[in-house]
Amino acid sequence: MQTQTSDTFAVKFGRYGGLFVPETLVTPLVQLADAYQRLMKSDDFKEELKQAMKNFAGRPTPLYHAKNLSRKLGRRVYLKREDLMHGGAHKLNNTLGQALIAKRMGKTRLIAETGAGQHGVATAIVGANLGFETQIYMGEVDIERQKMNVYRMQLMGAQVIPVRSGSRTLKDAINEAMRDWASSFDHTHYLLGTAAGAHPFPSMVRDFQSVIGREARRQIMQAEGRLPDSITACVGGGSNAMGIFAPFLEDREVRLLAVEAGGRGTGKTDKIADHGASLGLGTDGILHGALTKILQDPYGQILESYSVAAGLDYPGVGPELAYLAEKGRVLTKIADDKTAMNGFHALSKLEGIIPALESAHAVGYALEEPQALGDLAVINISGRGDKDLATVMDYENI
Amino acid sequence: MKISEAFEKAPLLIVYICAGDPTPAATPQLVRRLAAAGADIIELGLPHSDPIADGPTIQAAAQRAIAAGMNTDVYFQAAAQADVPVPKVFMGYYNMVYARGLDRFAQDCARAGITGMIVPDLPPEEAGPLHKACVSSGVDLIFLAAPNTPAERLKMIEESTSGFLYLVARTGVTGARSDLLQSTHELIARVPGNKPKAVGFGISTPAQAAEVIAAGADGVIVGSVCVDLIARGEIERLEQLIREMKGAIKAVRGKGTIAS
Repeated sequence: MQTQTSDTFAVKFGRYGGLFVPETLVTPLVQLADAYQRLMKSDDFKEELKQAMKNFAGRPTPLYHAKNLSRKLGRRVYLKREDLMHGGAHKLNNTLGQALIAKRMGKTRLIAETGAGQHGVATAIVGANLGFETQIYMGEVDIERQKMNVYRMQLMGAQVIPVRSGSRTLKDAINEAMRDWASSFDHTHYLLGTAAGAHPFPSMVRDFQSVIGREARRQIMQAEGRLPDSITACVGGGSNAMGIFAPFLEDREVRLLAVEAGGRGTGKTDKIADHGASLGLGTDGILHGALTKILQDPYGQILESYSVAAGLDYPGVGPELAYLAEKGRVLTKIADDKTAMNGFHALSKLEGIIPALESAHAVGYALEEPQALGDLAVINISGRGDKDLATVMDYENI
Repeated sequence: MKISEAFEKAPLLIVYICAGDPTPAATPQLVRRLAAAGADIIELGLPHSDPIADGPTIQAAAQRAIAAGMNTDVYFQAAAQADVPVPKVFMGYYNMVYARGLDRFAQDCARAGITGMIVPDLPPEEAGPLHKACVSSGVDLIFLAAPNTPAERLKMIEESTSGFLYLVARTGVTGARSDLLQSTHELIARVPGNKPKAVGFGISTPAQAAEVIAAGADGVIVGSVCVDLIARGEIERLEQLIREMKGAIKAVRGKGTIAS
């Protein structure tokens, strides 16, 4: 399935995607796209990335047959264990790839945004390991709810910069990182954490994350001798979902289920959407450099999103997912906070695996709609839940 | 008034304000006072929730304006009421234009007496549909070039822009700075073609304005310093600053015709 229509300037996915940024950022993005195109054809680069993925990051991650969950759901369910990757989430797949590109481009400093802190941690890891000066933009609100990850970043030598503008969450952290990059691009790489934003980020992040889907495909063929009936993944910006979906796009018989955050409900007020379901409930608009599905008011002001999972608390989504959802290739589902909490507890108790609250949305959806999964299902456990214990305890007034 | 007519009397002083700051009701009278003080073009900013090209001064103004009730409908009412003998230009982010519909937005501009549009997050490569809408409504679509814009691309942008070419004086975001960079001079010098060029981002003093004109620009754009004075309620000081800047640029290059 061909999803990209490329003109010489920026890749488009149908009408989605593109490169909508201030002129100062156009040339750095074009240079990044060129370097990425060149390096993905370089055997030397690919080998370096492969070695780092294996020896440093701990790939491949297992595809685990969750027998107890399978029994409960009355079908065979496999979990793709990105929670076992170094750093505790899939994020390192992308930060390693981008940091190696940055190194070859001669950059000495990394900047990144983070919401839950997982991408910030994954950036701090590569920053320390590969010798970059690293600064992470993080909303004040998120700093408060993810103190442990802030300290993890600092332990690895990254500086966490509090963002006080706008809603003081992930979207504003991206704004600040873009503002920084507009004057620092000479020596700095902006390491965007999700498959969203301006070209080349949606394609590049998808490609680095698609190692998840390539492994899962090989592993399920080995274990079951056939492709799964469905793959379920949570969606914030969409990097773990695009990562596991991408190698299955041509396999029409595999249902791709994208589970978004329903938050406290799917209503909205003037300034705030009580959810993060941009794919299912958003409308066409431009955010952070791409035309995609976003949460906005009728005039085009961006709404503040909400989810108990900070990593899904984003009012936009990657443009390729917007395209695939519109085409019907990806099916959009919604799980609210309660459903996610249910998934969080169920997987912990059934399998002894504490999932990230983000991944718990996918698990919670599977528990509610098992028939949607078919007989053989894969669920992407994008990260582990240790970072979320304080949030869960707070949610449940423990 | 058409922008090209205004540039017949270059050098020009172009003044940016954020519409709706401090209140939507105050905007028309403020525009009149700026024009009376000597502003040759008024850039009327439509506030956006996520202004990625703007520094803290204009971010704060946008938040105040949105909180005070500014939206796109109110914007066009205020713009229409601001009857001035100089061109009014829209400045705002693409999502605000896209949300209203490109044709409708360009038509609303024309109806409100706005004769140009600056959309800082819309490069010419992505601007085809808006360009078409602007042409059919008779509105100029003004593009930006930056110090890090390569030569070939600079030529393309110069050819694509209409009204004038907006030269970004420095990389980074908007906001008052005390110095001008060598790269600003180089950018002015390396622009090909004959269209008028105006320099903005970081210009806040009459001396800087004069320096930009002396370097060969046809106009100078001031924003954050004006927004800051409005935020402090110092409108008379703003009028004084406009008179001083106007004096400074006219002293460099008298009431001549367009530079070639």
